Amino acid sequence: MVDLLEAVIRGLGRGSIYALLALGFVIIFKATRVISFAQPAFMLAGAVLVTFLVGPLGFWGALIAATLLTALLALGVERSAVRPMVGRPAFVVAIITLGVDIAVRVVVNAFLGINVRQVDDPWGLKTVELAGLRVEQRHIAVLLTTTVLVAGLFAYFRFTRMGLAMRAASYDQEAALAQGVSVGSVFAVSWAMAGGLAAVAGTFVAAGENVDGLMWRIALVALPVIILGGLDSLPGAVVGGLLVGVLQELAANYQAEYAPVWLGENVSIITPYVVMLLVLLVKPYGLFGTREVERV
Amino acid sequence: MLQVTNLEVVYDDVALVLRGISIRVAPGQIVALLGANGAGKTTLLRAVTGLLDVHEGEITKGSVSLDGTPIHKLRPAAVVRMGIGQVMEGRRIFAELSVEENLRLGGHTSSGSHKERLERCYSLFPVLATRKRSTAGYLSGGEQQMLAMGRALMASPKYLLLDEPSLGLAPKLVEQIRDLIVQINASGTGVLLVEQNATMALSIASHGYVMENGKIVLDKPSGELLADEDIREFYLGSHTKSFRDVKHYQRRKRWLS
Repeated sequence: MVDLLEAVIRGLGRGSIYALLALGFVIIFKATRVISFAQPAFMLAGAVLVTFLVGPLGFWGALIAATLLTALLALGVERSAVRPMVGRPAFVVAIITLGVDIAVRVVVNAFLGINVRQVDDPWGLKTVELAGLRVEQRHIAVLLTTTVLVAGLFAYFRFTRMGLAMRAASYDQEAALAQGVSVGSVFAVSWAMAGGLAAVAGTFVAAGENVDGLMWRIALVALPVIILGGLDSLPGAVVGGLLVGVLQELAANYQAEYAPVWLGENVSIITPYVVMLLVLLVKPYGLFGTREVERV
Repeated sequence: MLQVTNLEVVYDDVALVLRGISIRVAPGQIVALLGANGAGKTTLLRAVTGLLDVHEGEITKGSVSLDGTPIHKLRPAAVVRMGIGQVMEGRRIFAELSVEENLRLGGHTSSGSHKERLERCYSLFPVLATRKRSTAGYLSGGEQQMLAMGRALMASPKYLLLDEPSLGLAPKLVEQIRDLIVQINASGTGVLLVEQNATMALSIASHGYVMENGKIVLDKPSGELLADEDIREFYLGSHTKSFRDVKHYQRRKRWLS
């Protein structure tokens, strides 16, 4: 039992990272109807920025500064590479974001060099005793940070003028334009948000470990997560992320005991994709994806 | 004064849809714009509100001006801020948002609290007040039309452009919408009413234009239009003669060919 609960908490920690990344994908998708493949690069950029800023600013200061800087970077990318393509087929824009991803990653890797760089988080691999469970502090930290960010995002979309405009524009762009919403700024804000979220995710991936040039691969797990949760659903991204994280940890934990030997030892890596397949068989729109609101 | 002068609009660089349109709407006036499908009525509204871009359309000649200031080069948001509201054809409400959120979005460009404007909106459309929290997509057609009108009014426009507000509504509801338009106009908002339902439009308008193939072909006070023989025959449906006696190419008079 203790074993199970510990695995679930580890999974929630890992899942929070997926949730943050998936939120970025979904926010951009909702605004522009394009999946941005630049998220992995923003994630890496955020983590690397933290390693440079953590000296003078401390961990939290560096995290906030890196988040804002990455948001700014995403804003620049949107303005220069994506905005001119408005009105072109979604496929074209998606491929452009792939190019942006590679370009940004190359630049960031140059900063990373061959040195071991760390985000110097206050937790490392330290654990804490919670109701008889040994829990890694970094997992608690990322879970709390994600909770705060998600609550903030949902409040933003529900109560603020711009948040409402973003929801409206994602439903019907022309009608939103006719009400005086500037769709350009909706795009810009979405990209900035996604960039910031990716930066936070990247920093927490690197917490307790080194910043690794290959850690962007973790962002790829966000793809099954968003498809699982429903491409256009923010709650779907959060729930999907946490679900995938937990299932992955459970698979890693219990595989040795229950899975047949021929599966090998790293089944947990493919769990997200297997879960996605299974969910899609039952719910083709994903868990929370919206079908159109229709009057009967 | 909302004034359109010699406006030419081209879609996709080839399709000339408006061929030199001039109309004017004085402050506090209701003006009706009639015409068959494809005459270019909706395009004219898009040109005024800056929504041509979305449809690959472009103004090649002429101008649109509001109280003497040219507005045809402005972005849609700027046009809304200048005081022109539009209710698009087919209502185009945000079906996934709640009624109140739709209205709040209508006030996107206006600064300050929405409270007062919401109150005014609910007093004009009491039915919306009772369904504040419900999903807008589940409203009936008439309620959706009222929501669309309320949403446009949230920006406190000086001129309201209405594109086919009677579309798909029962005669009773059309009457209700007509009365609401009169009420909105009475509070000082100029109205440009694009309609297929000519009887309804001309009964409340003070002036009327008839469009055909991208041109204005008749431009008269609505009383004269109502009395006009041709209008009576083509738009108001008074058949004075049997179609049996008419050659097919004579059945529908065209002012242009």
